[in-house]
Amino acid sequence: MKAAVILFPGSNREGDVARALHQATGHEPQIIWHSDEELPQGTDLVVLPGGFSYGDYLRCGAIAARAKIMTAVRAHAARGGLVLGICNGFQILVESGLLPGVLMRNTHLRFVCRMQHLRVETNSTPFTSAYQNQQIIEVAIAHGEGNYVADQNTINLLEGNGRIAFRYCDALGQMNAQSNPNGSINHIAGIYSEKFNVLGLMPHPENLIESLVGGTDGRGMFESLAHFKSAA
Amino acid sequence: MKARIIVTLKSGVLDPQGKAIEGALKSLDVSDVLGVRQGKVFDIEIAAANKSEAETKLKMACEKLLANTVVENYQIELL
Amino acid sequence: MSHTEPKITPELIADHGLKPDEYQRILQLIGREPSYTELGIFSAMWNEHCSYKSSRLHLKSLPTSAPWVIQGPGENAGVIDIGDGQACIFKMESHNHPSFIEPYQGATTGVGGILRDVFTMGARPIACLNLLRFGSPDHPRTRHLVSGVVAGIGGYGNSFGVPTVGGSVNFHTRYDGNILVNAMAVGLANQNEIFYAKATGVGLPIVYLGSKTGRDGIHGASMASAEFDDKSEEKRPTVQVGDPFSEKLLLEACLEIMHKGCVIAIQDMGAAGLTCSAVEMGAKGDLGIELNLDDVPCREAGMTAYEMMLSESQERMLMVLDPSREAEAKAIFQKWGLDFAVIGKTTDTLRFIVKHKGEIKADLPIKELGDEAPLYDRPWVAPPALAQIQAADIHPPMSHSAALLKLLSTPDQCSKRWIWEQYDHLILGNTIQKPGGDAAIVRIENGPKGLALCTDVTQRYCEADPFEGGKQAVAEAWRNLTAVGALPLALTDNLNFGNPERKEIMGQFVLAIRGIGEAARALDFPIVSGNVSLYNETQGRGILPTPSIGGVGLLKDIQKSASLAFKKAGESILLIGETQHWLGQSIYLRDICNREEGSPPPVDLAVERRNGDAVRSFIHNGRVTAVHDLSDGGLALALAEMALAGRLGAKIEAPLAKAPLHGWLFGEDQARYILTCAPEAESAILAECAALNVPCQKIGMTGGQDLVLPGETPLSLAQMSASQEDWLPHYMAEPIDHGLSAH
Repeated sequence: MKAAVILFPGSNREGDVARALHQATGHEPQIIWHSDEELPQGTDLVVLPGGFSYGDYLRCGAIAARAKIMTAVRAHAARGGLVLGICNGFQILVESGLLPGVLMRNTHLRFVCRMQHLRVETNSTPFTSAYQNQQIIEVAIAHGEGNYVADQNTINLLEGNGRIAFRYCDALGQMNAQSNPNGSINHIAGIYSEKFNVLGLMPHPENLIESLVGGTDGRGMFESLAHFKSAA
Repeated sequence: MKARIIVTLKSGVLDPQGKAIEGALKSLDVSDVLGVRQGKVFDIEIAAANKSEAETKLKMACEKLLANTVVENYQIELL
Repeated sequence: MSHTEPKITPELIADHGLKPDEYQRILQLIGREPSYTELGIFSAMWNEHCSYKSSRLHLKSLPTSAPWVIQGPGENAGVIDIGDGQACIFKMESHNHPSFIEPYQGATTGVGGILRDVFTMGARPIACLNLLRFGSPDHPRTRHLVSGVVAGIGGYGNSFGVPTVGGSVNFHTRYDGNILVNAMAVGLANQNEIFYAKATGVGLPIVYLGSKTGRDGIHGASMASAEFDDKSEEKRPTVQVGDPFSEKLLLEACLEIMHKGCVIAIQDMGAAGLTCSAVEMGAKGDLGIELNLDDVPCREAGMTAYEMMLSESQERMLMVLDPSREAEAKAIFQKWGLDFAVIGKTTDTLRFIVKHKGEIKADLPIKELGDEAPLYDRPWVAPPALAQIQAADIHPPMSHSAALLKLLSTPDQCSKRWIWEQYDHLILGNTIQKPGGDAAIVRIENGPKGLALCTDVTQRYCEADPFEGGKQAVAEAWRNLTAVGALPLALTDNLNFGNPERKEIMGQFVLAIRGIGEAARALDFPIVSGNVSLYNETQGRGILPTPSIGGVGLLKDIQKSASLAFKKAGESILLIGETQHWLGQSIYLRDICNREEGSPPPVDLAVERRNGDAVRSFIHNGRVTAVHDLSDGGLALALAEMALAGRLGAKIEAPLAKAPLHGWLFGEDQARYILTCAPEAESAILAECAALNVPCQKIGMTGGQDLVLPGETPLSLAQMSASQEDWLPHYMAEPIDHGLSAH
């Protein structure tokens, strides 16, 4: 599985996700500069990493979403290619229209970095096949603008079509104000595109791939991706 | 030509920043504040042959970048 | 010289922070009246912050070398050898006065400044820490300052992309008008790719890198050297605004040109901006510097030479470039969207010449600008010795359980989770030990090595006895690193004191330095970098003397490290070190008995060494399961912290020695640790300690969900947790939106 990680000015978790991909696939992903016009031949997975692209200026992900490389990323997604947007990457995906909704400031107005439990809402996607359905996992979050907001129609569409990828919860799978770190509607931590080939999520599975550094619940995502065989 | 663009949240969209500012004003004894919503101002200098052309260009700037039309409105004022 | 600049008057000289005799010195040095721009240059180079005029005489006595020290104080940061051809580059610096005036931006630019000091030497920053001292929680400004400083530190570090992994936060009324924000940065470099500020080669281009120059912070360095008075609020415009995004771009661009070999010398522009960096580059290399300000990228129109020389706009560097690489270097900077401008050249005249619009605005002797800065041997007086408090003379006002529960909820001892969860402490995926322990641990690349990092100081000890307090600050840092299994290698310091023109304050400074030096020497823990912040006073009331210590230790194998959480029920709890029930200047005496009295616990450096080396060897041999060093609150607080971290209780036996129990539980005797081990391992550890002459006794066993102190009702984990976790979030409950101060 060939992966390309897009680097924008201000991206800062490209190394973290490259490490997770290398661990799962045995290959280093290619790092692609934001102003390039094409993705490498045969790219299966495009990753938009975490960070503060363009300093989060104007709106998080707003300027990155309009970068040159995004034309190629959109085309790749339209062909059914896989796209993974983590944290700032999720913000870029909603700003670019590849996913619906908006990510706004955490309701308590503070940046939050902590461990967070998530429920895996579906394991029948290329991103989650290595997890159990409804499995509770513990990964890290680190964001100031992760509050997922969308109008009621969009929410109904996402819920109705099973496009919620992950929800915030506690260790027992309960969902309440304490287990929701940023106020997201319906505790939404990540969502899929219509064809389930684009995933955006706020949490950082790439930081939970070694027990020495806090746990291995993040590995499942990268193992799922490593085992993905493209249709063509 | 100079223009001022004001971008605000659509009514109904939750604005926790505005709420926090409202609380802070109250605690500073600025009385009778009944509500606050935070927005952004862009002061733009733009080359255009006439007002109508300027407005068209600025509208495009808003639609394409300055406002996230999912949750924000914009107003253009030519100065 | 230009006639459009203001005329030099006594008022103007005073406004520049120069005393009449200092101005006389200038006249003697250059043989004429200075121009306005030259006056600005002297005021920047000769103020306390840049020249260290009150402190450098005494700093000379500090031990700064060891076989593993590659570069001691005098450069942008200190450099130590950590094996395998790698170096660790680190420093701590303060941004106290600006943070009081504008907490978000003051803290943010403090972090930005220290990061630049580290990466200007070629090191990629891998961790940040900080030490914060705030006023009394009851003071009307405190909450706002805490909120702003914490948001600012997170705002910069998180965006720049470096994990903030540790810190120390205390509150005391003596910081009401003068908070302390000390920021530490740690970076990694290859030993053969370290860059210094010293310019070499005549006729080489001097290049300006980074963000454009504006009017930020003009006279910021002078503000750092002046006390606050009623007019301080008006100083708001002099605070700089930081841009972590630009700094991230600057980091990547600088490391790229460094790796490509384009850089001969490089220095970041910090306090006194272009002036300080250009003068130091030339002076260090025994070269002259000629600058043409027409080429300086400006973001404001019509900036004068004076303004350009003194601007403290952030995220800028100055570099001496290999001329054959100019095109290549410029292309790299353009790729990252940053300014790159040749603004001058090195010369062999030893003159510092500044030109603007065809005129010479400054022509000064470059070495003398630094070398002839005033050097003061200020008069000082030692504080009176305080009486030793006997534990037997203290009558506990409440039960020991109640006292422990109360201490857990005090501002100094409570959980600082509300603070460190605003710092991204996980980015880069190498954080082995997060905030909350004795020291942070970050893995070096993919391992197996790691660095242990800590910041701390016990300012109440320093106030009571600056010499013992200075010793203790170093000893405790050394202990913190040892407690996680690291070998302490070197330290950085940030010496925060009041007005040195007052004899008592100067006495605190001189004696603290002596104490720091003695401990650093005895523990082979040299000072490789540091910062001095003086004049931390408001209307004559100064801070507690606060010589912050930032420690760095090496773990050869991160798997052989220790943490403080109790791990398993049924393990033996051992106390290392001797307890003499020292309650003088203890947290128990202050927060339970409401007395800030007595001489502080003495530090026996030989005992520190012996006890610590033994503990470290137990950790390396895998014989112990948890380790915690004892400090504030003594034994009882340490046990509570271990129980809470491990979510596991303990039962503690009464000590055999006949002595007041509150002295045993809360005394702050130094050189002590708590260890846990499997019961089978206990006798071997006891025997080895006996052979090493290290006091060691079993004091209890882990187990259950309560902490049971001798003769006391059990304290449940739930009770202790509520006590520890609740104070800070409740105190900070009213949300303050710093989005207004941020981008």
